[in-house]
Amino acid sequence: MSGFRTLFRKEMLRFWKVGFQTLGAPILTSLLYLLIFSHALKGRAEVYPGLGVDYVTFLVPGLAMMSLLQNAFANSSSSLTQSKIMGNIVFLLLTPISHFSFFIAYILAACVRGTLVALGVVLASLFFVELPVNNIALIIFFAVCGAVMLGSLGLIAGVWAEKFDQIAAFQNFVILPMTFLSGVFYSVEKLPAFWKWISHANPFFYLIDGFRRGFFGHSDAEIYISVSVVSLATLSLSCVCLHIIRSGYKLRT
Amino acid sequence: MSLSTNTSVAINVRQVSKKFGRIKAVESVDLQVKSGEFFGLLGPNGAGKTTLINIIAGLCLADCGRVEVMGHDVVKDYQSARRALGVVPQELVFDPFFTVRETLRFQSGYFGIKHNDDWIDEILDNLNLVDKADANMRSLSGGMKRRVLVAQALVHRPPVIILDEPTAGVDVDLRRGLWGFIQKLNNQGHTIVLTTHYLEEAESLCNRVAMLKAGEIVLVEDTTNLLRREKESLLRVRLKGEAPYEFKPRGYARLVSVTDGEYLIKLSGPSEVENILKDLRESGFEIDKMEIEREDLEDVFLSIMTGNKSS
Repeated sequence: MSGFRTLFRKEMLRFWKVGFQTLGAPILTSLLYLLIFSHALKGRAEVYPGLGVDYVTFLVPGLAMMSLLQNAFANSSSSLTQSKIMGNIVFLLLTPISHFSFFIAYILAACVRGTLVALGVVLASLFFVELPVNNIALIIFFAVCGAVMLGSLGLIAGVWAEKFDQIAAFQNFVILPMTFLSGVFYSVEKLPAFWKWISHANPFFYLIDGFRRGFFGHSDAEIYISVSVVSLATLSLSCVCLHIIRSGYKLRT
Repeated sequence: MSLSTNTSVAINVRQVSKKFGRIKAVESVDLQVKSGEFFGLLGPNGAGKTTLINIIAGLCLADCGRVEVMGHDVVKDYQSARRALGVVPQELVFDPFFTVRETLRFQSGYFGIKHNDDWIDEILDNLNLVDKADANMRSLSGGMKRRVLVAQALVHRPPVIILDEPTAGVDVDLRRGLWGFIQKLNNQGHTIVLTTHYLEEAESLCNRVAMLKAGEIVLVEDTTNLLRREKESLLRVRLKGEAPYEFKPRGYARLVSVTDGEYLIKLSGPSEVENILKDLRESGFEIDKMEIEREDLEDVFLSIMTGNKSS
């Protein structure tokens, strides 16, 4: 693991030095979503009938997970793409850092940034709602899996992209629709059959649904299905990402 | 810091080829750089120098062949090979988030080196970067950024250092300072491989040079021997007054050019000067001015690259 600690520290410092942009802005955006949607839909949207969960409280875990996913992706993808475009990745590629250490350092930094933003969203929303915690293990499991999954996806996109435009396209045309269509703002049980089917085909749905279960003790999908889908998706994306890094694709051309 | 090593070959390149699409960047290259050498890798733009360096550094994977640095295969034993190698890239690349010292500390850490500040300070001092240690990389001039690139390549004290055009765009003072430092490292036992477009640098610094042309090595030779073998003398003669007819040297020498009454004659040896002067006097010409010029590495390089000399 030679060099791993340094690379991890550097990746942490990289986002910490621009904390307003990497932490402050996404927390503020999520709080604005919370403010707008809660005012617009309060009393109109019914979630988890019979459980007494109001819509604003329901929104918080979804928004926290959405922020976590988007920021984990943004961290690894933007760091790698920027290094490639600026050319300074050469100083990383010249070192004896193993492929695995490279992967783990980037993923861990993505996890930390994603988790900090999610934590910020949850803590700030506590001023407005009372958020129950039903199962902390589930909350941690889905948060970690979500960060690893999106961190890996960010690395894959960062390796593939040759310009910032391609990363923005990936973010806006893949990540954003998948997070918005995963039940962040609604319970998928209320959707028409087609959209319900689409949601169930989206692994992000299981992340948000399972994460929400950690708070409310209730979910749209069976928890064992969510755990299985998320575990499989996380493992698969991590393996693909590690294989790409090891192969040197678009890095050691 | 002096080095002692048991490996007599620092860099061993065996039958390495690399294509980019249909373009052959490097073709069946064989090259050995001995430990402790100051070696020059010369060639025009696009000759394949940077591709070859990238393959040695593991930045680019060869299509075939193998490369070892200090006896370590750059693919199979990449961690040991990279520990033995420091590379100064040609492009001015930097991380805009960090200061010079942070950049060098990170680079040390990547090699697993902790508490490297004493060596970092020594490098900064030798490269005249001490007062810029806490400056952000973005604020540095081009020459300073290039010095930081050199510093980054040296933080892990590699026995082999490759400098890919390190003095491009660098002022004379810095160039002298940089070469003084690099020569000091070479005297301490570091193997230095240099690519440069300033051939006078290669002539004065390198023990041996290799010339690359269209991806192939066309010459590898000891610099002194090369210049002794290839150097030819040129006699420049200006004649007094109006010449009654054009002077033509006999078979022993070759007339290169005649410009405004000034003759440039290529000699195979300085002893031929006497024959030419004798011929001129006997033909009734009077000499106004005369000087003998010697070919340097640049002339030899140009001759080889344009195919006027056999390798």
